[in-house]
Parts: sequence; structure tokens; C-alpha cells
Amino acid sequence: MNLRFLSVGDRALTIEFGDTIDRRLSREVLRLDRAIRAAPPPGVTETVPTFRSLMLHYDPSTTSRAELERAITRLIDRSEDHPLAVRLWRIPVCYADEFAPDLAAVAQASGLTAARIIHLHSSMRYHVYMLGFLPGFPYLGDLPRELALPRRADPRLRVPAGSIAIATTLTAIYPYASPGGWHLIGATPIRFFDPAREPPSLLAAGDAVIFEPIDAGAFSEIRHASERNGYAIESELISA
Amino acid sequence: MIAGGLKVRRPGLHTTVQDLGRLGFQALGVPVSGALDTTALRLGNALAGNPATAAALEILASGPTLEVAADTVRVALAGAGASLELADARVVPSWHSVKFARGDVFEIRVGRESICAYLAIEGGIAVPLVLGSASAYTRAALGGLHGRALQRGDVLPLTLAVASEGKERRLPSPPPAGCDRPIRVVLGPQHECFTDAAIAALLDAEFRISKNADRMGMRLDGPPLRHRAGWDIVSDAIATGAIQVPGSGQPILLLADHQTTGGYPKIATVVSADLPLVARRRTGDAIRFAAVTVEEAEHLAREAEACLLKQLGSIALVGCASDIDLTALYANNLISGVVTAK
Repeated sequence: MNLRFLSVGDRALTIEFGDTIDRRLSREVLRLDRAIRAAPPPGVTETVPTFRSLMLHYDPSTTSRAELERAITRLIDRSEDHPLAVRLWRIPVCYADEFAPDLAAVAQASGLTAARIIHLHSSMRYHVYMLGFLPGFPYLGDLPRELALPRRADPRLRVPAGSIAIATTLTAIYPYASPGGWHLIGATPIRFFDPAREPPSLLAAGDAVIFEPIDAGAFSEIRHASERNGYAIESELISA
Repeated sequence: MIAGGLKVRRPGLHTTVQDLGRLGFQALGVPVSGALDTTALRLGNALAGNPATAAALEILASGPTLEVAADTVRVALAGAGASLELADARVVPSWHSVKFARGDVFEIRVGRESICAYLAIEGGIAVPLVLGSASAYTRAALGGLHGRALQRGDVLPLTLAVASEGKERRLPSPPPAGCDRPIRVVLGPQHECFTDAAIAALLDAEFRISKNADRMGMRLDGPPLRHRAGWDIVSDAIATGAIQVPGSGQPILLLADHQTTGGYPKIATVVSADLPLVARRRTGDAIRFAAVTVEEAEHLAREAEACLLKQLGSIALVGCASDIDLTALYANNLISGVVTAK
């Protein structure tokens, strides 16, 4: 395996498995993440999995980069690639115009009809590569090739919370209102990040997601219910 | 019921509640946040009689004016050259605890050597912990007082209604601010994305802190740092102190509120021992970098911790009186610098 240890100062190090976005690399990253979380080497304080690498945070008064490199190499040598159970979430999404300000532009750029875009987007089972950018912001992939478009030339100053967005080979959910450069093609009434919940983020890296189209009526019903904590989104364990 | 409070007469530029940070949630996209200058925070807490994990007010550049809305409150200001100025013209320098009474009004001023100061309050600030921390992360309205910086009219709730009996504390020889020291970095994680000339410029040139500086990061003015090929990498995780370089070549030094992941190459990472030194500098200040190895950086971290523990151990009780002896302070010329600087 083409593994590299990258220097990140004296409190972190990155274990890099490659430099592309693909599921094989992601599986390696998540497997090492699980192995470390199951039995953290002394001094490891936090792990952060991303597309193609894993960051380890550590306390230099307890351990050192050299010691961790040895421990991680041993862990990787020992761990086997057995299939892991994956949590699958069905996320309701409303693709109605009021929630999809970029659907027309995406249709124009891709040469597809809006109905076809919605069908394509909601017929995939996505992999949660990582969370980042904002608390609870998931990067999901991969999009059907026909939907892969560059980011908007003109980023928005404010993307509403709950927006479902696409760009490059990925799709994402904005848990908070924020600036953003992705194309907005729908919205979900579900709250993806709630610090009062355990765990606070609905999704975790390695989960699977299917988007299920709903109409505007269902959107407002679910939103009201989830604001009163009366909506429980269901998930199931599947084999990867 | 709220025990006591500090009423915000003027909020200052960006005054937030901060502790040692929100650890353990970066995999969910939650920034660590926490004090920019953890050395000053820990010293402030010790002076106020608090544990290291207590939350304090972080003051940046322009401090707030606060009114005591408790019977008594003991506070300690930490930060090189900072001071508390009372409405009656009394001045209390940083690195001393002091007891105030209901109705006392004081303004916090930062010093020339550090833009950053901490007001630690005995007993702590009574805001709820969010994901284990009181630190305000304003972009997602997490923690702090209502998830934001202080505003005029806020009442910062305190844990205690009355300060404890007992002597005040002082720090006999405060740590130097280190304004002119080079900032040490470890090259990487993506220094290979940059030209040799860019690496040389990072380590030889003088940079200046631009106007675009906040708790998330500071953009640096200086020679552009050129990438070998593209400036787009597949996003990976970011550590505090990372120096990322977007397409413009203008480096951004990432601080406590930085995003957990990002897609710009990071040429180097500031060693943790020097992060407080960076936090103390302001717009227009010079910044130079010097490279060290990971092993050296780890050694510097252990050394800095030992040095801080020594500082914490040196904190002394003042006289016998329960109030700080301002006459003695004047006599010892401890605060003349503050007075003449006005």
C-alpha cells in the first residue's frame, strides 16, 4: 500500500493513502480510523477521517510522532479488510422550485430535464466520505456522471440551512445557513446537526444515504415535527 | 437563578467566552475553537483561583466596559500590558487578581505587546457547556453567551454571587509577549506542492498581518508563495497553526476557529508552543518564520508546558489585605507604563 506520513506540526500527523476521491481509499481511511478508535495508542486525542487521509491529533507530552508512526504501522499490518456493517439513512428531499434555485441552471448545463435530474439524484446510494466545512456538513458521493458539474462561478453569500447541493462528483447537505458555491437542487426538512443530540451529527463518515423525493406539503409537515423533536428519522444497518 | 453577573456597557470589538476548546468533534466538522492564547488563559484562571478548564472572556484589540452586577466579584486579567481601568481612574494591571463591588464599572484595555487578553472570573462564567465546552463558535452559534460575541446590554451570568474571602494573587514575572521572536514552523503537510523559491520566501521574507484577521485565521501580506502545479488538493483535515496558501499565493495562518477540512495546500504548520505568540500580534505587525523539525517542535511543546507550569507555581499571594494594594503597585512602578501609555 502506498502510505505516507505527513508532518502537521507537533500535535497532529496525517496518514495519507492516496490523492483522489474514491471509495477504495475511503475504505482504507475509515478502516484505520475504526482500528484506532477501538484501541487508541497512548496520547492520541482525536482522529479526523477525510477523503483520502486520516489526521491523528496527539499530545506531545505523552507520545511522539516517531512512536505513533510505529504504532500505526503495526495497526495497519494487523488489521484485515473484512466487510463492515454500514448505517443507511433515507433522507427526505423536496426538489420543488422554491427549494431548488439552481435546478434550471443545472438542467441547462447538463442537457437534462429537471425531472431526469431529480430521478438521477434520488436513485443513487451515496457514501459519506467525510464531514467538514461546517458542523455536520457531509460530503457524499459519487454523483451519476451526467450530474457532475463544476462549482458555480459566482458563490452565494447565503445558502439556506437544509439545502441539498451538488458540485463536481459530490453532493452535500448544508446543516447551517452559510456562504456556498455549490448548485442548490433541493432541501431537506431534517436537522443534520444538533449539539443537544447524542451523537450531535446525524451522519458519520462511512454511512450510506439515499435521498427520497417528497412534496412541499410533506416537507413542511416533517419540518414542523422535527422542530418539536417529534420526527425520528430511521436508519438500518446493511452490509457494505 | 443567576447568582451574579457582569453587565455589558460596551461590548468591545469581539469579546467572547472561551475555554480550552471543544475537543473530540472535529470528525463531525466541529472546529475546536477555544482561547487563541491558551498560556494567558491558564495564567488568568490560576490568578482568579479557577481550574485550567474554566471559561474566561477573550478580549481582542478593543476591550469591553463592564459593570459589576453581583455583591462582589474577583477577576484577574491576563495579557501582556493589558489593564483594567475603573470609572474613578484607578488602574489595575494584568497578572493581578482584584475584587470589585456591585456598581463598579471597569474598562478592559489591551496592551501594545498583545492584542489578546483574558478576563478570568473567580468561580467561572455560568454559560452551559455545548459539546463539552463553553467556547463560543459564532459561525454556528455554538457555546458562549447565546453562541455569539458580547453585545451591549448583555448580562454575563456568573457562577458566584459573592467573591471568596482571602488574599489576592499576582504573577511575579509574567511571560514575555515575544513580539519580535520568529515564529517556528514545521514544513508540511503539503510543502511539496510549492516551488523551492516559495519555501525559501516563507522562511526568509518578512510577512505582515493583514486587515483580514479574525479567530478563524490571519491573511498575511508578503511575497506570493507559488505552487508548483495546481493549488487545488483533495480536501484533507486541517490542524490549528496550518499555513494554507490559496491560488493568490497569499498565505493564511489558521487559528482556533478554522474549518476542520479544506482543499488548499498547507505549506507549513506553526509549532504549538508559538501559537500564543501569533495570537498576540495585530494587523500591521511583522511576522517571520523559522523551520524546525517535528522532533524539535515536540520538544518545544514539552518545554513550553514545563515553563508554564513553573509560571503557574510562582503565583503568589499579595500582602494580608483582601483587596489589592494599589498604592503599593504605584510605588513599585508596576503600572506607570499603562498610565503613561494613555
